[in-house]
Amino acid sequence: MNDGVRLIEVKEDILADNTLMAKNLNAELTGTKTFLMNLMASPGAGKTTTILATLERITKDLKVGVMEADIDSKVDAEKIAAAGTEAIQIRTGGFCHMDATMVRTGLEAMDYKRFDLVILENVGNLVCPAEFETGAHMNAMILSVPEGDDKPLKYPLMFAVCQVLLVNKTDFLELTDFNMDVFKQRVLAINPEMKIFEISSRTGKGVDEWAEWLTAKVKSVIG
Amino acid sequence: MHELPVINSILGIVLKHAAINQVKKIMAIHLQVGAFSDLDDMCMQQYFDYVSKGSLADGAKLVIERIPAVMRCTACGHSFEINLKDGTKPVCSECGGESHSLVSGREYTIKNMEVL
Repeated sequence: MNDGVRLIEVKEDILADNTLMAKNLNAELTGTKTFLMNLMASPGAGKTTTILATLERITKDLKVGVMEADIDSKVDAEKIAAAGTEAIQIRTGGFCHMDATMVRTGLEAMDYKRFDLVILENVGNLVCPAEFETGAHMNAMILSVPEGDDKPLKYPLMFAVCQVLLVNKTDFLELTDFNMDVFKQRVLAINPEMKIFEISSRTGKGVDEWAEWLTAKVKSVIG
Repeated sequence: MHELPVINSILGIVLKHAAINQVKKIMAIHLQVGAFSDLDDMCMQQYFDYVSKGSLADGAKLVIERIPAVMRCTACGHSFEINLKDGTKPVCSECGGESHSLVSGREYTIKNMEVL
């Protein structure tokens, strides 16, 4: 029965198309001096609130635009716009993540060349967005205290692909059994280079330090 | 949930190679997927069966080889496997170094395919 079956070498990266598109997009962004930050987190971790608290502190130094990605709805973009920052809403129509093509479409629609920094608020989940490169200069994630300190064990890829981690809702620490030392050890086990900030977007604790670091990071790329 | 774009990409790549090699039918596709991936084997096969219907790859079996997560020690260059689920700080088994970079575990590769 197996007569005639032959083996063909393929050796191709399955995500190569997206990876190439992301690389090209990143080069174009660097060329126009626009820093793209891809922000990822679970639903309810405080992405939009953290963006708002960050904008308050960085828009004096940087011209910032926000791209909100959600499966459906435009409430996030409306909140950002109400606070005085330009925002565009991408409705992914069921897609659980943003890929480089979708990001390019959004960036072009918002005429991205005008901005020093574009914050992409990716679709809320810790699985799918980690798999697809977006063209961003930096991947950032938020993990909120009520989610638990075991998340690096459950979603290692997300913790591996990010360069910076905001531990949000630290004002909840006393109400939970979240162990910050154990959590950080679990993160650093997967990603020894991860930069970690402990913040509360609601009270503002730790946000100044994060905002200063982000501003310096953006300036180091755009000059 | 992100299996579908991955599967569509696999189908596109194998059909391209099938056309180049004048293949009549694709029997099996061998994939290498890193330990970091959350893709579910059974789910991938179901999606593949759905999107490949009526093509040369209709009925092809996905054979998935998982590639372990391996780190290389910054200090001495030794490579060692890590367990993503135990959460303990990885220490180089040769020199005890605590600074490492990822060598493998993020693969998404089509290795080869069995064809008629």
